[in-house]
Amino acid sequence: MSLHRIALTVNGEYEQVDVPSQMTLMQMLRDKLAFTGTKNGCNAGECGACTVLLNGEPVNSCMVLAVECGGAEILTVEGLARDGVLDPVQQAIIDHGGVQCGFCTPGILISSRALLDRQPDPSEDEIRQALVGNLCRCTGYLRIVDAVKDAASRQRAMAG
Amino acid sequence: MATQATKRETPHPIGDSVPRVDAREKVTGSALFADDFQFGPGLLYARVKRSPHPHALIKRIDTSKARLLPGVKAVVTGADYPGMIGLYLTDRYIFCRDRVRYVGDPVAGVAAISEDIAEKAIDLIEVEYEPLPGVFDPEIGARPEAPLLHPDLGKYEVANFIFPKPGTNISNHFRIRKGDVEAAWPQCDVVIERTYRIPHVQHVPIEPHVATAKAEENGKVTLWGSSQSPFAQRNLIAKALGMSQSDVQVVAPYVGGGFGCKAGVSMEALAVTIAMKVRGRPVKLRLTREEEFHTAFVRQGLVSHFKMGCTKEGRLLAMEVRFYWDGGAYTEYGVNITRASGYSSTGPYEVPNVKTDSYCVYTNHPVGGPMRGFGMPEMHSGLEQCIDELALAINMDPVQFRKINCVKTGSTLVTGMKMHPTGLSECLVKAAEAIAWGRKDPPSAPNKRRGKGIALMWKAPAMPPNAGSSAKVALNEDGTVTVSVGGQEIGQGSFTIAAQMAAGSLGVPVEWVRVATPVNTDYSPYEWQTVASRLTWSMGNAVAAAGRDARKQILEMVAKAWSENPEDLDIIDGKVISYKSEESISLKNIVIYGIPLPNDQGWVGGPVLGRGNFMPTYVTGLDAETGQGPRAVVHYTTGAQAVEVEVDMDTGKVEILRGVAAFDVGKAINPDMVKAQMEGGFVQGLSTALFEGLQLKEGVLQNSSFVDYRIATSTDVPQSIQAIIVEVPQDDGPWGARGIGEHAMVPTIPAVANAIYDAIGVRVGAPPYTSEKVYLAMEEAGLV
Repeated sequence: MSLHRIALTVNGEYEQVDVPSQMTLMQMLRDKLAFTGTKNGCNAGECGACTVLLNGEPVNSCMVLAVECGGAEILTVEGLARDGVLDPVQQAIIDHGGVQCGFCTPGILISSRALLDRQPDPSEDEIRQALVGNLCRCTGYLRIVDAVKDAASRQRAMAG
Repeated sequence: MATQATKRETPHPIGDSVPRVDAREKVTGSALFADDFQFGPGLLYARVKRSPHPHALIKRIDTSKARLLPGVKAVVTGADYPGMIGLYLTDRYIFCRDRVRYVGDPVAGVAAISEDIAEKAIDLIEVEYEPLPGVFDPEIGARPEAPLLHPDLGKYEVANFIFPKPGTNISNHFRIRKGDVEAAWPQCDVVIERTYRIPHVQHVPIEPHVATAKAEENGKVTLWGSSQSPFAQRNLIAKALGMSQSDVQVVAPYVGGGFGCKAGVSMEALAVTIAMKVRGRPVKLRLTREEEFHTAFVRQGLVSHFKMGCTKEGRLLAMEVRFYWDGGAYTEYGVNITRASGYSSTGPYEVPNVKTDSYCVYTNHPVGGPMRGFGMPEMHSGLEQCIDELALAINMDPVQFRKINCVKTGSTLVTGMKMHPTGLSECLVKAAEAIAWGRKDPPSAPNKRRGKGIALMWKAPAMPPNAGSSAKVALNEDGTVTVSVGGQEIGQGSFTIAAQMAAGSLGVPVEWVRVATPVNTDYSPYEWQTVASRLTWSMGNAVAAAGRDARKQILEMVAKAWSENPEDLDIIDGKVISYKSEESISLKNIVIYGIPLPNDQGWVGGPVLGRGNFMPTYVTGLDAETGQGPRAVVHYTTGAQAVEVEVDMDTGKVEILRGVAAFDVGKAINPDMVKAQMEGGFVQGLSTALFEGLQLKEGVLQNSSFVDYRIATSTDVPQSIQAIIVEVPQDDGPWGARGIGEHAMVPTIPAVANAIYDAIGVRVGAPPYTSEKVYLAMEEAGLV
């Protein structure tokens, strides 16, 4: 089994990892770097629990090979809060009661962050579309959608 | 005093929507789940060889090639472990020994240095089978001539309230014989008979099952797992392996969704037994999503037959009910689901004459387990459609029919038990009001038709009569409080409830309370299981008792120090105050170091540690022939749901426009979390109504991925789900509280089915009500 040495940025920090060719980005994050906030729900790109930002774009990290990530910038759920201050999406999902078991939450937060980065004032439809690949079995989604809406307005208020 | 003026009947924070105690951990990715524990380089990985046949004899297993594969550390088969396991009926081996009974039944296990090598080793294990005819329908399986799945049924150990029929596939037969149905039919103006089917569905927690086990040289075993039942797992695994319960330690962190499939023992015993062959090394077994669909517990299929009769004035006189539960290959919980559906078989209605036969039947299908609602969504699905049909048959409004017949305080229930105070009628009225019952709004497009539907429900915690809870409340130097429980946080909010109850019973701000995590059977107090929506109620009673115990210790200590009477003292906002002397003292330090007496006379007090337990002692047995007894259950949570739907006549697509849920929770300890349960449960119910069903062809699952087995997504849920809390206090609940977690999805399928009927005048049949099925039903009815 040949190993490949890659260097990349995870949550703004430099990391260097030796990865086998078939290792996925999800496995690397969880098993090599202990970013266990990224969850393994299906390992088939169907549930969204492992969503991370790869160079700013949301991806199912179980569908990306780690060796492809040399030089990449990755954002995981652990990187959303800055200096102990929660991202507006994190705070809003708490305030709206959009967390239950919490297993889908990291992926939901990352997909929401990606949405708000490209569309600071999303419609309800756009929010629902942005989250369609993130399965949640507990909450029924409504509180999450409300939270993203609220986070968008908080973020715009902060920016304004 | 100001403090007295703000004193309420229920102390803060009981009834306050405080934020979840686990929310921050969960949004920052720091919350630990079972797959997140780091075990270091010694970790081995397990994979399991599974049966490709629904029913076969095992003729030969050859593991020699697998053992020779470099990197393989252990190979295990049924020959290694002869002990049987099971919750109510010990009907299975950990690894199959002589026979396989479903596709996915474990026949061998491997531990290796990587998941890849373990997988390769599995492929090298040769198993020779002799296929047998299978049972794929519970009603056919219950017949005497059906192929027999468990010839040894008569030898299995069984709980005393379960009645298997050796020599058949019936693992439990529960009966109700109340009044005289035969004499009642002629008195009815209308009698209808209907049959309903419900498919198997999967729980689909987003976190798949995972368990890591380690056996020590001294014989002790530790299991780290995603578990709703750490103590039950300890008990069942210890018994199956002939070990002491105290030598099995289960460590159970946050559960990434359970809904019942992580209750009892499913795959955990596999990890333990494989690990016992490689002592000193942790072994992790992680189910793939495909394995999860094939081998985790499923919600049982059900065939139900209802015969109901009423007078033209709308009085229900008789019900005859037959349930055939598709229990699957083994029955961890199915036998008790059969019982629970039997003693609740009239639904929340007062019916003087009842005859019920509820059968749990072994089939060559995946193993039936408990799923959110424990038989109630399946049972109510048919029952609440039949109630609608009966009402319409006498030209009565279905809401009016339900008002007349639904159980009320003091009603005689199907088991003869008297109904405790209940707000079911209030739930019904409020749900009907909120959906604007009786008002028909125009559809959003000419090719659509609109309809409304309503359904009631009831459900009691289904468990052994004496399922117990316990809790500890310890105080720390700075006055903060650590509450320890053995109940699990599976998303429902139990840790937040525990913190609120500890704070409320003690008299401290909720922000001072920490919940000891993860649950660990070596350190955490006993809890039967996190099932049956019983934690707020049962664990809550234990936490409240522990808080009161700690409070009593503190008040006695301070009373002694101040030479006052404990009755004149109170703890408000973390301070002990005296209503008499108006003295006050902070809890800080005194709860560990005690209080010095005046004039160097010594000390009083000591580290404060409150303990509490709760076990219902008042549930009575039921007569085996008639199912009658004074108190079948602790209590029933009741409620109603209403929906408005639109059916697309061109495609058959059903859209849920809005939903209403009204439940009598006794007392909402955290109203916002109660509403979150009602909403989430509604959507899970909606998902089973519209999308979900395991497609089993001769026992072989056809849809074992999220692509082929669809669950509701963010684009499938209605614009609004209105959650209405009704509070008629429960006498045996903490501050009057009852459970709500499971109930929230019980009436959804029939509410949707009734709404579809209201829209198009067609009963579509068994859920899921997919576009295809609805369109074909409309075609058959000549509508399109």
